[in-house]
Amino acid sequence: MSQWTNSVTIQRWTPSSRYAIVFAGLVLVLLALAPLFASNGLLDRLTALFIYVILAAMWNALAGYGGLISVGQQAFFGLGAYFTIRIADLGLDPFISVALAALIVGVISYPISLVMLRLKGGEFAIGMWVVASILHLMVNLDGLIQGETGISLVSLNHYDSAQRLTIIYLLTLGSMAGLLALLFFVLRSKTGSAIQAIRDNEEAATSVGVKPEKTKQLLFVIAAFGIGVAGALWLTSATTFLPKTYFSVQWSAYMIFMVLVGGIGKFEGAILGAIIFFLVETWFSSTGVWYLVSLGAIAIAFSLFLPKGIWGELERRFNWHFLPVGYQVVEKNKINTDKK
Amino acid sequence: MTNQIIQAILLGGYYALLACGLSFMFSVMKIINLAHGSLLVLAGYLLWFLAEHYHLSPFVGLLIVTPLMMLIGWALQAFLLEKSARGGELLPILTTFGLAIVIENLLFEHFGANTRSLAPYIGDLSWQSWELFSGVYVGKTSVYILVTAIIILGSLQLFMKKTPLGRQIRATAHDPDTAGIVGINPKKASAIAAALAMGTVAISGLALGVRGVFDAYSGGPQLLFAFEATIIGGVGSLWGTLIGGIILALAQTIGANIHPQGFLLGGHILFIIILLIRLVLAKGGVSHRMKAAFGGAK
Repeated sequence: MSQWTNSVTIQRWTPSSRYAIVFAGLVLVLLALAPLFASNGLLDRLTALFIYVILAAMWNALAGYGGLISVGQQAFFGLGAYFTIRIADLGLDPFISVALAALIVGVISYPISLVMLRLKGGEFAIGMWVVASILHLMVNLDGLIQGETGISLVSLNHYDSAQRLTIIYLLTLGSMAGLLALLFFVLRSKTGSAIQAIRDNEEAATSVGVKPEKTKQLLFVIAAFGIGVAGALWLTSATTFLPKTYFSVQWSAYMIFMVLVGGIGKFEGAILGAIIFFLVETWFSSTGVWYLVSLGAIAIAFSLFLPKGIWGELERRFNWHFLPVGYQVVEKNKINTDKK
Repeated sequence: MTNQIIQAILLGGYYALLACGLSFMFSVMKIINLAHGSLLVLAGYLLWFLAEHYHLSPFVGLLIVTPLMMLIGWALQAFLLEKSARGGELLPILTTFGLAIVIENLLFEHFGANTRSLAPYIGDLSWQSWELFSGVYVGKTSVYILVTAIIILGSLQLFMKKTPLGRQIRATAHDPDTAGIVGINPKKASAIAAALAMGTVAISGLALGVRGVFDAYSGGPQLLFAFEATIIGGVGSLWGTLIGGIILALAQTIGANIHPQGFLLGGHILFIIILLIRLVLAKGGVSHRMKAAFGGAK
């Protein structure tokens, strides 16, 4: 036994992951400087990309780490946008409204988690869709929204358009970086290990003292908050709130596509998936219906034939661990140098 | 008041008929088919296509569409569910959701944005009604739909309980490997179950088109109705699905009486209430609370 423990060691960072963190930092700095040289059109598109990254990372947190597949996450996307409108209507600055709205979404998601997390598998998946449907219908009851006609975030007009674009861009970039960092540290913490233990085997995890309910709740609330942020930011860049569009199940379809293609349960996978989705959308969304048919078909193909997604495959082949959230047991005499 | 209750019961029969295939698949194959709604709409479109282009009454069309849907069910099991079920309980949710997106967008591509109905192809039947008692009328189609739901749910129940094939399907659902040891072909049994489920979906598609209008994206709401009826009635009980459908319709009727926009909301909220009740009544739930309240060991 002692011989065995002496011959191995636990690794949390690998050399490549240190480079990856530095690289990610550099990319972030470069993106933060983008408003100085990038065109307005590019900034607008990048804002959309950042929102996709948030959505993918949050759905992945729930499904890939919590083992909870939801087709109702549009509930929080729509709520984030709705509360932004509601709060801005009180006369607050639209960007402060965004922050408050996301917080409210996070708070509301807690009681929802108490009921919904008792459901398993497919029941949870569609049950969340019912929740989204309820929230959609309730938002429609609010006279301010004018039903499906929708309403614009008019207070954005206080900012001139170039300034507005830059603020939204930087705010979205900051939110993305902040949410990814939050997720990264939660998943690397002790709670994160518990989360992954539950995903892999709930009974075994419970037997070593992990409390599945608490950890799943944490993931649920983080995911709801993050998606609320995404919905609120999407509203600032699209300016108009149409309940039907924001509460559309299509958002769940996008999230599922991004995570399945990128790699479910892989931190890097969700980001990669969002980038792929963004490129696919940029090039093919003009094909309309066929674009959506392909998204569905590709999602099926990945879940059947490449269930770990592109990143999972890369990780397996090249032993890449850029943003490792787990623990790796390695033999002492060959500590991972990423050249396997 | 009486009229509203009667209409709600008839509507409940319609929901039960929508839910047949979903409930059957869920109870015997342990799979929630997220493409259920879209497949139902597909059946509706196939019936509409036969009626519009070949002047086939939807009832005659059913003779073609039912076998076709059963074939689709078999293919679904052989090429999608079989493989995804082996990858854990979460995978079928993803693959069937992907399938729903593929189907509904293909339908949109082919049939366009216009809403369709089967009512124009069934002649006078679509508006005929019986006077139950003074002033209370029930639509003939609504009654037929309720009766059909009862017949289908009843026959499925009998089939599963009394026939050798039904027993094989139940055995396979319970434990496919052991079923294989005792000489059952698990692949065949599952494929038959899926085919049966899709056969009932063809009939649900007829009900959908006869009762109202649909378009390519109607699958989502239909899936929610079917799912709610199944859960409210209690998973695993086919008769429960009928009760679930009726309770759902009653809740919607109450919702509509409270607020003009409250119809759908009433049904959804009842669904959540049922979930809450289920949690409180759940054995673990109660005993856990007792322990917490009386400071038991833990």
